Amino acid sequence: MSALINIGYLVASVLFILGLKGLTHPRTAVRGNLLGAVGMLLAVLLTLTNQRILSYEWIILGLIIGGAIGAALAIKIEMTSMPELVAVFNGFGGIASVLVAGAALLENTLGPEVPMMQLTIAIAASGLIGAVTFWGSLVAFGKLKGLIGDNAILFGGQQIINAALAAAVLALSCWVVIDPASGVAFWLLVGVASVLGVLLVIPVGGADMPVVVALLNSYSGLAAAATGFVLSNNVLIITGSLVGASGLILTQIMCKAMNRSLTNVLFGVLAPVGDGGPTADEVYGGKVKSTSPEEVAMLFETARRVCIIPGYGMAVSQAQHPVASLAALLESRGTIVEYGVHPVAGRMPGHMNVLLAEADVPYEALRDMDETNEDIDQVDVALVIGANDVVNPVARTDPNSAIAGMPIIDVDKAKTVVVIKRSLSPGFAGIPNPLFSLDNSLMLFGDAKKAVLDMIAALKDS
Amino acid sequence: MEMFIVGLTIFVLAIFVGFEIITKIPPTLHTPLMSGSNAISGITVVGAVLSSGSQHTMVTTILGVLAVIFATINCVGGFMVTNRMLAMFKKKS
Repeated sequence: MSALINIGYLVASVLFILGLKGLTHPRTAVRGNLLGAVGMLLAVLLTLTNQRILSYEWIILGLIIGGAIGAALAIKIEMTSMPELVAVFNGFGGIASVLVAGAALLENTLGPEVPMMQLTIAIAASGLIGAVTFWGSLVAFGKLKGLIGDNAILFGGQQIINAALAAAVLALSCWVVIDPASGVAFWLLVGVASVLGVLLVIPVGGADMPVVVALLNSYSGLAAAATGFVLSNNVLIITGSLVGASGLILTQIMCKAMNRSLTNVLFGVLAPVGDGGPTADEVYGGKVKSTSPEEVAMLFETARRVCIIPGYGMAVSQAQHPVASLAALLESRGTIVEYGVHPVAGRMPGHMNVLLAEADVPYEALRDMDETNEDIDQVDVALVIGANDVVNPVARTDPNSAIAGMPIIDVDKAKTVVVIKRSLSPGFAGIPNPLFSLDNSLMLFGDAKKAVLDMIAALKDS
Repeated sequence: MEMFIVGLTIFVLAIFVGFEIITKIPPTLHTPLMSGSNAISGITVVGAVLSSGSQHTMVTTILGVLAVIFATINCVGGFMVTNRMLAMFKKKS
């Protein structure tokens, strides 16, 4: 029977791998996701046949409650809130690992025999990674939701405190391994790891959130893998490491797109603001040209090619549907419309793509940064919607700037640039953007959604 | 010890498989990838089910049930929301 169950788990693991493979193309992605779900169902059903299970009431109750909450969240969530939801789900995966490890520790210390060392190591790892993931994710959720300041929160001695906590976590892990029978050590470990999880995410802010969300995703996988070692269960180990790898790759991609190292992002050491760089007055002084939706509509009338560059501001003002309508209207007039999406635009990897997909923009129209830059000089109007640092030419021109070397979308090379933005306030990097005062730039101040709707009205009137 | 080494072998090999597959996923699908991989990391539900059903003590049962709830939210919510997102990508193709 046990062999049969294990073969079933193997099938489930294969389904997960095929599921992820399906995600390599939008056409096969839905099927891929379904394969993953089937794998999960199979794994759960097989587990229910395990002879260790004596009573089913509690399990069924847990499955029903969890399933109902999960389904409600998945159905109700707005696409703009997707980063928060993913953060919360990461956290739930983490806490589940902590609880399973805690239960396993108790079960294995009930009898007189001492549990094996590799089991207690795995239990400590599972509790540790799980707790860091859970609390880190809760802080990330709070930040994304705006409950706690979206910006980096830095305080003196932060590094020292973190180092002390890390040392304490290691010491407590050793205690768990040496003396597993005392449950105190484990829960102390979970407690200290929780504080560490909070402190690790607190200093990361705003535009760096995609990196953290991706990293926590990776942690939630590693926590599951650690739980797999606790239970000597291969399906958990395989799945956990797949997710761990996936999160790590996304983290790497995000870091590369900001030209920053992971440690740099995690410890909030962005180059000090205003250090010798030009001030906002020097950059903007009298050179910024403000425009109106009507004027932009006139620009569009003669444009052959328009490129839309969305940023977090588009998500904040929920402008994706008007933006898609504007694009459709322009296309109906024979203008070519495309979208240039920067890898770190928004608050999580692929955030803009999901929002635009929600607004029925075909994915073929979404071009990545390199594709966009290849022929941006042929674009008549580049429309920047709520993006700032990712289109700041300083990254290319000033080696001393805070964002020096960060790959950007070169909108300044388009024939005309229209930037929709609430004000001239700096982006997350805290530096002024000379793009706004270029000869070929026009600023349209205001809320993105309203501005785009006004453009549509003006285009229809003409 | 042998179990542990087998587990470690599987762990390392699976990470390589993960790297191979996931580097091929286009940026457009990065958000669904996160929510989808998130859903499958809810596989912890397997361990949670065992803890809550084996009735060692009241405490292990409570820990197990809580873990079942959290992990199930993760799985069900993750798969459903990924499906919802992917359906939006699909309908235009």
